[in-house]
Amino acid sequence: MDGYATYMHKPMVAGIVVLLMALGVVSFGRSAEDGTEYGLGRPATDEEIRAWNIDVVPNGEGLPPGKGTVKQGAQVFATKCAACHGATGTEGPKDRLVGGQNTLTTAKPARTIGSYWPYATTLYDYIHRAMPFNAPQSLTSDETYSVIAWLLFQNQVIAEDAVIDAQTLPKVQMPNRNGFIPDPRPDVR
Amino acid sequence: MQDAPKEIGRRRFLRRSASAIAFGTAALVLQAAKAEEPKPVDDPMRVPGALPRPYGERSPFEKQQRLGGAGPGAPHGWGTNAPNNFNSGTPIQDLHGIITPSALHFERHHNGVPAIDPDRHRLLIHGLVERSLIFTVKELQRLPAASRIAFLECSGNTWDGWRDAQDVTVQDLYGLMSTSEWTGVKLATLLEAVGVRREATWMLAEGGDAAGLDRSVPLTDDILNEAMICYGQNGEALRPEQGYPLRLFLPGFEGNINVKWLRRLKLGSAPFMTRWETAKYTDLMPDGKAYQFSLVMEAKSVITYPSGQQQIQPGFHEISGLAWSGRGRVTRVDVSMDGGRMWKAAQLQEPIIPKCHTRFRLPWRWNGQEAVLQSRCIDETGYVQPTRQDLVKVRGTNSIYHYNAIQSWKVERDGRVRNLYA
Repeated sequence: MDGYATYMHKPMVAGIVVLLMALGVVSFGRSAEDGTEYGLGRPATDEEIRAWNIDVVPNGEGLPPGKGTVKQGAQVFATKCAACHGATGTEGPKDRLVGGQNTLTTAKPARTIGSYWPYATTLYDYIHRAMPFNAPQSLTSDETYSVIAWLLFQNQVIAEDAVIDAQTLPKVQMPNRNGFIPDPRPDVR
Repeated sequence: MQDAPKEIGRRRFLRRSASAIAFGTAALVLQAAKAEEPKPVDDPMRVPGALPRPYGERSPFEKQQRLGGAGPGAPHGWGTNAPNNFNSGTPIQDLHGIITPSALHFERHHNGVPAIDPDRHRLLIHGLVERSLIFTVKELQRLPAASRIAFLECSGNTWDGWRDAQDVTVQDLYGLMSTSEWTGVKLATLLEAVGVRREATWMLAEGGDAAGLDRSVPLTDDILNEAMICYGQNGEALRPEQGYPLRLFLPGFEGNINVKWLRRLKLGSAPFMTRWETAKYTDLMPDGKAYQFSLVMEAKSVITYPSGQQQIQPGFHEISGLAWSGRGRVTRVDVSMDGGRMWKAAQLQEPIIPKCHTRFRLPWRWNGQEAVLQSRCIDETGYVQPTRQDLVKVRGTNSIYHYNAIQSWKVERDGRVRNLYA
């Protein structure tokens, strides 16, 4: 997606300039630089931002301290995830998480973590914020790292003795990392 | 002070007896309510009508409902299905004009509808900005407002189109779309307030629901010009299902990125690669690669009358439907009665609004013979809505999302209307 970044840069700046003119903001008495034309909104403290800033991105930014192993993850998964995803992450009834390699070109593609997800960091972002479904944000960072380790091991992405933490997770190469292309539409003519 | 316990006891007793009485008469009350439902009077000109009331409701004769859904292939409806439903579709076959009543606006949420107190809700904007700011809902409502009428469509709308044709209604197939007047603050106003840094090209939008749904928004010209943080829908506050008290609105873009219950915007220099834009909402192609950030909803149309499972009689019918494009205005809608051999331009209802449902109509006299009704939308970019055959030729049938092929309704000799892939 690096192409997107360079492509978006200039139009964005141009867009803002056009917008400022369109909105007539430039004619407001106060400088746009101090952002206080309207005197609304208050500065966020670092502490507030830390509490709200829960996303995790591919380079690992946002990953908290802590670590987990496949063995610990098996326990977490069995007690907190298996009811919806099945004992081995393949049975459901909810999303299948394991397996599905070499199915993406078939009539029944299985889009699992191992077969489809391009970034390992997405696992932390998603599991931490949204899982388990009945108690989101209830897992500790160690539990989250552990269950990620188990899921990656089940998908044969990491070794059984691997330790997953803020340093190792962003380095995990996902099998379908190069499986995505930027939107080429309109593609049907 | 001394009397207090006694007083409370007495109140409790009263409350208890009241509820006991209420419980005992529940059946009676229900019966009364039922009897009260449609209460036609023989001659409404000879009986005084109802008094004003604080919050209006539709006529008790009107029964249109959203249709609960639990994903591709899963049974639709309420009753025993209700616990599995994660979306509900708009009854577009029953609507007139272009506006969807808020109570019938389609729903899609990923871990329920949160109950948010607007006085406690905050929006944080941070990341690659000069100053991180926190806004209350009231503060946002004091900023210069903007309003526009636009469609919102789940990119999974018509996902059954990728599968074999089922005998279903237009609500089943096309219900995950609606049109509202959306009111709020322009995103640009807020970005200007925080001072976006030059290197910021993407923005994470995050919801305050139990899914904490997060999506990366590319800061393109279109988005910088048109994106809104909305608090209003059809003149009143957003419905809880639509993100109360705040949602992101990106006209023409797939529903999922219009993040509801918005609590945070974070400016960044690359997409954040959340689950929703990698594992989901990506379009798998026949070669195993997937389109990513396929955000625009391409031109699409559907005849809502006559449509699936309806029964018509020979004689006059006004064919009616909706056309829309995430790329701008609808410029033409063609209608065919013979499965796409001959086409006739339909009338478009004014005003024709960019990135908004456009109502089209065409008079038709049905002669009782088999007919295959189709509509084809052309938008201001010149894009022509494709046939299903052409769409599937390029994308295969594993995409799940962004199905926008021409819809066919077959009218059988007996007047029954059926979903068909022509």
